[in-house]
Amino acid sequence: MTAVVVAEHLRRTLPGTVPVTLVDDVSLEVDRGEFVAIMGPSGSGKSSLLYLLGLLDVPTSGRVWLEGEDTSGYDEDRLADVRLGRLGFVFQFHFLLAEFSALDNVLLPMTRLGRLEPDAARRRAQGLLDSLGLAEHARKRPDQMSGGQRQRVAIARALANDPLVILADEPSGNLDTHSAATVRGILRELATREGKTVIAVTHDPSFASAADRRIGLVDGKLDPTWTPPTLALRPPAAAP
Amino acid sequence: MELALRIALTHLLARKRQTLVSLSGIVLGTAFFLAVSSLMRGSEIDFIHRLIDNSPNITISDEYRGASLQPAEMRWPGGAVHVRGIKPETEVRGIRGYQQKLQFIESLGGLRVAPVLTGSVVLTFAGRIEGVTLTGIIPSTMHDVSTIDEKMVAGSLDALAANPNGIVVGQGLIDKFKLAMGRNLTVATPDGQVRAMKIVGIFRTGIAAYDETQTYALLKRVQTLLDRPNRVNRFVIKLDDPYRARDVATLIERRIGYKSVSWIEASEDIMSLLLVRNIIMYSVVTAILVVAAFGIYNTISTIVMEKTRDIAILKSMGFHTRDIRNIFVSEGVIVGACGSLGGILLGLGLMSVLDQVTIRPPGISGEAVHLPLYRGISQFAIAFSFAMVSAVAAAFLPARKGGRVHPVAILRGAA
Repeated sequence: MTAVVVAEHLRRTLPGTVPVTLVDDVSLEVDRGEFVAIMGPSGSGKSSLLYLLGLLDVPTSGRVWLEGEDTSGYDEDRLADVRLGRLGFVFQFHFLLAEFSALDNVLLPMTRLGRLEPDAARRRAQGLLDSLGLAEHARKRPDQMSGGQRQRVAIARALANDPLVILADEPSGNLDTHSAATVRGILRELATREGKTVIAVTHDPSFASAADRRIGLVDGKLDPTWTPPTLALRPPAAAP
Repeated sequence: MELALRIALTHLLARKRQTLVSLSGIVLGTAFFLAVSSLMRGSEIDFIHRLIDNSPNITISDEYRGASLQPAEMRWPGGAVHVRGIKPETEVRGIRGYQQKLQFIESLGGLRVAPVLTGSVVLTFAGRIEGVTLTGIIPSTMHDVSTIDEKMVAGSLDALAANPNGIVVGQGLIDKFKLAMGRNLTVATPDGQVRAMKIVGIFRTGIAAYDETQTYALLKRVQTLLDRPNRVNRFVIKLDDPYRARDVATLIERRIGYKSVSWIEASEDIMSLLLVRNIIMYSVVTAILVVAAFGIYNTISTIVMEKTRDIAILKSMGFHTRDIRNIFVSEGVIVGACGSLGGILLGLGLMSVLDQVTIRPPGISGEAVHLPLYRGISQFAIAFSFAMVSAVAAAFLPARKGGRVHPVAILRGAA
């Protein structure tokens, strides 16, 4: 079985006087080393679906299988342990700890997991930063780095415990074109070279173009026919 | 845990001013607690010392707490007859066979005992008359059980041994009668004996009633004066460990039958007063620490609110609720530990300042008195644990709230 992440009739409803359905009966499979982009208009439930696939949120019904392991019924701590060891997250905002250096931020999940000795963990963190072109920025704190650098630190942190799946929520949403291209390239490489499964939510068509597969989501439902609207460019002003 | 501690430390260092404020709350609370409690405990101990020193630890008198069972009561149990305070009419009052009882008490060890005979006499000098209590003592045994020796301003108790006709009186009586050392007084007993006695010593305890009405003479002399040969009516006992007084008194009373009153029993009202005083002190000081705890609560609440994104990312990374809680509880522990250590140092400083303070009590003696300070390890332990408990409790509430932060709620809001 090569499917690493399997979603089975996922549904997520926010309780309330008027219940809101965020994700509506979504089933999908993502293979090892596959780079999948989830696309859709704003408010279509892309992020909600990603949180469900990333075991951050628990579905109202349906189940998520990770490497053939049914995660339904896991309690909060067990889900946290799965996330710690096998999943890595990259968000639109880097969410780095402001008081910690880049290296220390990358070390956090390793220290929590405790699989590596402190020295080995340190070497690995430095190695990850090096491979993402941040060798000389390891000692810097997030506020001393550019947006693109911070997002690369966040990717290094997501990779810290050598996860199976990288889940990215609008990873290039806050970046300039150049940095966005870099981040896109890194995720592409991770899938191709290292066999990581990458699931990314994006509304950026150029980002999605790097993916192996694009999944459309409209109003919480899978919509295979959905394509990103091409931006209507303003016609060039007539020369005077 | 080490990681939690590190994150906690960075949080606290990132907001130095607020941390410092909540820290100083704990420091001041602990320091005041120490200073106040050492003063209160010190004065309490000082008070008890005075109480123990100025009065005998145990007094055994020639009375019984309850009369022995009488034939009339045996014949009609539960009847209308109730017999109290039986005394043979003809017997000379006093402790019977006191030598043997003295030997028994001495055999208990850890104590010094002095037999005394007290009675009321009337002093006459230059036409003035005053009723006083005359206590017959053996000077050598009195040294061991009373601090009267230290209170002598002229002459000594030993002078009584040299002069069987000597009498030791208080400064109050001297002032009242305009007497002086070496003057002769006339002592009259209730049954009419009259004898001239010479003042061989003057004491001043500072307690007016005592200084005006207590007089001492040789035991043998008092026995003949009061016509109670070879009798005493009181044993005065001083213990090595005054706090054993209650037990020893009970033991003696059970064995010899006479009423034995320990200082604890005699000053029960004062002891309960001291207890009330302690309760007041502890509640005031607890209030200080509670206020300090609010400072910690405030600081950590603010940090939790500020760091919800960090909490969200840590949890999404795989940190457990407990890990997050530990971070913020550690912040309380750090503030509590640093605060109480700082408080102990400041408290020691305050104590050494208080040590310098001298008070001149109004009065004739004009002797400078130092504030009584008690530096017991228990005070420090109580101060430390009070500060720690309040700091950790104050940190726990926001820490629990921090632990409950749901990452998705935060991520959704931020995106």
